[in-house]
Amino acid sequence: MDFSLSDEQRMLADLVGRFVDKDYGFEARKASVAAPEGFLRQHWQTLADTGLLGLNVPEAHGGLGGTPADTVVVMEAFGRGLVVEPFLHNAVVAARLLADAGSPAQQQALLPALAAGERLFAVACLEPAGRYDLWHVDTRAQAVDGGWVLDGAKCTVHYGDTADVLVVSARTAGSAGDRDGISLFLVDPKADGVHVQGFPTFDGQRVAEVRLDGVKLGADALLGQAGGGYAVLEHAIDHGIVALCAEAVGAMQQLVDLTAEYLRTRKQFGKAIGSFQALQHRAAEMVISVEQARSAALMAAAHADDADAAERRRVVSAAKSLVGRCGRHVGETATQLHGGMGMTDEMLSGHYFKRLTGIDKTWGDSEHHAELFAETLQ
Amino acid sequence: MNLQPTPEDIAFRAEVRQFVREKLPADIRERVVGLRRIEREDYVRWQRILHERGWAAPGWPVEFGGTGWDATQRVIFEQECFAGGAPRQMPFGLSMVGPVIQAFGSPEQKARFLPRILTTDDWWCQGYSEPGAGSDLASLKTRAVRRGDKYVVDGQKIWTSFAHWADWIFCLVRTSSEARAQEGISFLLIDMKSPGITVRPIRTLDGGHDVNEVFFENVEVPVENIVGEENKGWTYAKFLLVHERSNIAGIGMCKRLLTRLKDVARREMRRGRPLIESPRFRDRIAKVEMELMAHEWSLMRMVAAEREKRDAGPQASALKIRSSEIQAELGQLLMDAVGPYALPYDELALAPGYDGPHAGPQHAEPLAGVYFDLRKVAIYGGTNEVQKNIIAKMVLGL
Repeated sequence: MDFSLSDEQRMLADLVGRFVDKDYGFEARKASVAAPEGFLRQHWQTLADTGLLGLNVPEAHGGLGGTPADTVVVMEAFGRGLVVEPFLHNAVVAARLLADAGSPAQQQALLPALAAGERLFAVACLEPAGRYDLWHVDTRAQAVDGGWVLDGAKCTVHYGDTADVLVVSARTAGSAGDRDGISLFLVDPKADGVHVQGFPTFDGQRVAEVRLDGVKLGADALLGQAGGGYAVLEHAIDHGIVALCAEAVGAMQQLVDLTAEYLRTRKQFGKAIGSFQALQHRAAEMVISVEQARSAALMAAAHADDADAAERRRVVSAAKSLVGRCGRHVGETATQLHGGMGMTDEMLSGHYFKRLTGIDKTWGDSEHHAELFAETLQ
Repeated sequence: MNLQPTPEDIAFRAEVRQFVREKLPADIRERVVGLRRIEREDYVRWQRILHERGWAAPGWPVEFGGTGWDATQRVIFEQECFAGGAPRQMPFGLSMVGPVIQAFGSPEQKARFLPRILTTDDWWCQGYSEPGAGSDLASLKTRAVRRGDKYVVDGQKIWTSFAHWADWIFCLVRTSSEARAQEGISFLLIDMKSPGITVRPIRTLDGGHDVNEVFFENVEVPVENIVGEENKGWTYAKFLLVHERSNIAGIGMCKRLLTRLKDVARREMRRGRPLIESPRFRDRIAKVEMELMAHEWSLMRMVAAEREKRDAGPQASALKIRSSEIQAELGQLLMDAVGPYALPYDELALAPGYDGPHAGPQHAEPLAGVYFDLRKVAIYGGTNEVQKNIIAKMVLGL
C-alpha cells in the first residue's frame, strides 16, 4: 500500500490547489454563492478547460479515466476551498452513471459534453417519503408506445435548477421499497410536465424539488437496463460518498488550521488563548478527528470498486458515518474555540462548519449509514 | 496512491495465518481467546515456536537474528498472530531493550543479550517509572553511584510489568544531578538476581498481578552493564519510545476483543433472541467496529509515513488515544454483554487448571476484569492527556 501521490496525482493536486488558492478566495466564493445559479460559469469553464470535469470520464470519451484515489485528491482541495461549483454531481456521480450504464450512443452524446462543461447534470435519486433510502422509489415510469411516461416527485436534487439533464430514478416494476424494478432515465427539465423549484441550502449550495407530471420520454431516455438501475445508482452514489468524505477531510483540515491560528493569535488574560490547556486539548481532539476521517476516506476510496457489493456497502457506509460524526465534532469544536466570533458570518470557520453539516445531510447522515453498517453485522 | 494490498502482502498474510493455525498449541489459544490468564510458560512456549520458524523478532534486522521485515509485514504478522489466538509477544526484550542494545550497546552486550531475547532465555522488564516520576519521567531519582568497576544502585521503580517473572531489568538511573534533569540519566542493565533487589506485587483493579514495585538497596552492577555513555540514557530512552511504534495502535488486541465481543453477543440471549440482534446493542457494536476499521487505516498510514522517513510522532499520539478509547469501549461492551453474570468474579477461576464451581457461563467469568483492566490503556505509555499536549505542541504549534 502506498499513500504518497503519483506524479499524475501530484500534478492534479497542483492544478486544483492553484485554482483554489488563486481563483477561489473567500470573496470569490461569496460571489459564487450569491450568483443566481448558485455558482459561476466562469469557474465552471476553468474546471472544464483544465480537464478536471473529465476526471471520471473514460479516456475514450475525452476524459482522464481517473480512479477514486484521484477523486480524493481533487475533492480534498475543493473541501479546503469550500468550492460550491457542482463538480461532485457532474464529474463524479453523473460521469460514473453514464460511464457505467450509458449506451454507446448516450455516452458519445453526453460524456464529451459533460467533460467540456457544455451540459450540466443533476442526479434526482431521493424522494420526500424515502429520506436517505435510495431504494425508496415511488416515482413511476410506465412503458408506452415508443417510450415512457414518468409521474412522481424527487427531492433535494443538488443543482437540479440549473441542470440541462436530470438523471431520475423511477420504478418500472415492484413497489416503493424494492431494490429491483428501479430504472434510471435521462430527463430534459424543460420537457412538458417537469416542474423544478430551486432553493438555497444552509451551506451555500442549491437543491431543487422536482415534480414529474405525465412526462413523456423517448425510448432512448432509459439509462441502463430497465429494472436494473439500483445497483448502478448505488455504486455511483458510493463514488459520490467517497468524494464527499474527501471533501469533508479537506474542510476539516482547513478548519483545524484556522482554529490553531486563532488560538495562537487571540489574546485574553494577557496571553494567547492557545496557551490554556483546556483549549489545547479540545484542539488536539479536533486533530484526532481529522486523522480518523482521513483514514475513513481513504478506506472508502480503496473499496469503492470492490467486486463484492456487500463489502463495498459495509466499508463505504462505515466511512460516511464516521466522517459525518468527525465533521460535526470538528465543526462544533471550532465554533466553540472561536468564541463569540465563531457565531458570526464574517468568520470563515462558520462556513466550514455549515459545509461539514451539509455533507452529513447528503446521501445519508451518520446515523443512516451506521444503521446500514449495523444491518450487515453477524 | 495505491490503496490495494500487494500480491506479496496477500501471500504473506496467508502464510502467517496458516502457520498460526497449525503451530499454536490449542490450550494456549483457548485461554487467549477466552481472555483468561496467560502464564509465563505460555508466552515462552509460543516465542520458542516462533523462533524455530525464524520469526522470533519481527522488528529486528537479520544480522541479529530478526526477520528483517518491513513495517507492513510486521503489521500483517501482528494482526494474524492476534487473530489466530496467539499470546502477544512480550515487548520488553524484543521492542524495547533489544533495539537499544542493537543501536547503542557494546559488541559484548550484543553477543551476550540479544540471542537470549530471541528465545526468552532472558525475560526482561522495564525500570522507568518511579513513585515521583510518572508522566514527568525525567524527574526520576533512583541513583547509580560509580565505585571502582561497579555502580551501586539505590531507589525504587514502580509499575514494572512482569518484574516477578523477569531475569533482567533495564533501568533509567540518575548518575549526575548537576546538569538538566534529562542530562544526568544513564541506561543500566541489571540482573534481577542481584542481592538488594526486592520485588513487591501490585494488585490491580481486575485482581490480577502483572505490575510490581521494584526496590534497589545497594545493588551492585558491573560497569560493563551500562549501555552507551554515562549520562546519555535519556537519548536512548527516547529512541526506545519511537521504536516499533506500530504496537501503539494495539490493532491486534482491538480486533481480538471485537471478535470475542461478537462471539459473546451471539451466545448471550435477550428476550429469546441472540443479544447481537438487539438493535441497541448491535448499534453499539457497529459504532466501535467502524472506529476500529478507520483505526486500522490510520495505522497503515503511520506505517507508510515511517517507511518514507516522515515524522509520524503526532500521528502516533492520535493512534494511541484512539486505541485506548476503542479498547475501553470494547471492554465495556464485553462486560455489558453478559448482564448480571458480570457480577460473580473470582480471580482464581481464571487461572489454568481451575476446577471449582461456575456461577454463570464460563465466557462471562473474566469480563468484568477485562473492563477494569482496560482502563490502563489510556494511562500507560504517556497518558492520553500527555498525548494531547504533544499534539497541541507538535501539530498545532500551541
